[in-house]
Amino acid sequence: MNQQELEKKFQDRIDKGEIIEPKDWMPEQYRKQLIRMMSQHAHSEVVGMLPEGNWITRAPSLRRKAVLLAKVQDEGGHGLYIYSGAETLDISREEMVGEFLSGKAKYSSIFNYPTLSWADMGAIGWLVDGAAIVNQTALAKCSYGPYARAMVRICKEENFHHKQGYEILATLMKGTKEQREMAQDSVSRFWWPSLMMFGPHDKDSPHSSDLLRWKVKLFSNDTLRQRFIDRTIPQAENIGIEIPDPALKWNEETRHYEHGEIDWNEFKNVISGRGICNKERMKARRKAHEDGAWVREAAEAYAQKKVSKAVAV
Amino acid sequence: MTKETQWPLWEVFLQKKFGVPFEHAGNVHAPDKEMALQNARDVYSRRNEATCIWVVPSEAIASSSPEDAGSFFDPANDKIYRHPNFYKTPGASFE
Repeated sequence: MNQQELEKKFQDRIDKGEIIEPKDWMPEQYRKQLIRMMSQHAHSEVVGMLPEGNWITRAPSLRRKAVLLAKVQDEGGHGLYIYSGAETLDISREEMVGEFLSGKAKYSSIFNYPTLSWADMGAIGWLVDGAAIVNQTALAKCSYGPYARAMVRICKEENFHHKQGYEILATLMKGTKEQREMAQDSVSRFWWPSLMMFGPHDKDSPHSSDLLRWKVKLFSNDTLRQRFIDRTIPQAENIGIEIPDPALKWNEETRHYEHGEIDWNEFKNVISGRGICNKERMKARRKAHEDGAWVREAAEAYAQKKVSKAVAV
Repeated sequence: MTKETQWPLWEVFLQKKFGVPFEHAGNVHAPDKEMALQNARDVYSRRNEATCIWVVPSEAIASSSPEDAGSFFDPANDKIYRHPNFYKTPGASFE
């Protein structure tokens, strides 16, 4: 079969809803786009440990501390599931980690915002993980098997992240005036960046059409963003949190909330490395990698020692 | 300068409860089998998903090729007499 026939056969399989597995034929662009998406996604999970790790030692109770520790550990695990999936596309773990540490690869811009108060642990769980669930639930039905399966696993765990965050905010909203203000301030800071997590508007999204055709994406950025907003507003009302968008209103006809314009300049700035924490996050990530070097070396030396002993016997 | 390596790859199989078959869960990188088992536990069983874990070096696994699935599994296609419902028995129930 020539290239054109192969591509047609591939598209037919996608259109029939078949799942693509690592050894199946796939267009080079499909492979490349998946590597880009999956490695960015994995890096985001790993960087995501930093803003929350910041509060582990200052959690207000032992219960909250144990929960936060478990959540941060989950994020590391999520990164590993997705790296594993991406490796089936003929890119090595070394290469992905290398591109991440060199700054060549991107990660979600949401993690370049600082976590200034304890309430941010609530807002991140509720809004950031809430947005991630909407995204990942869609990706769990994507055409690439290893990515879809990693998403199924992640979505199960993500629900706990979302709920514990909402519980933190709900508790603060029942507290003192200061605690309510802290919760509100946090949601006011994280609302817009959470909407940006879904990426540019459909008309400005460069990779979208191919990804939709290949069913790597099943819904457009704007559709998923709308789904997140519709789901989140009633939860905000439940606990008396205000959404910092004066243009936000319910449209009885469309049965959706309408929202104000997103500040895309801010989005571009953060993505291009000019966010509040970009430098700090990369510095922390590189330091963690370097500080762990002796552990990797020791484990490897031990493994080799055992191999040579076994040979000697 | 230290060598940059993420260690060899191991495939991870979990047994969800005693007595049931092991199922493939994913993979981990590790320098040896002990660490592969520990990493597999931390990555794939943080919520009691397993009662037992196998790890196998990925390179030790041989796989049939999906492209040749048709001819590879062909020998089973025309042998419906391997199923009990192939047989017509006069009213007798063996259950």
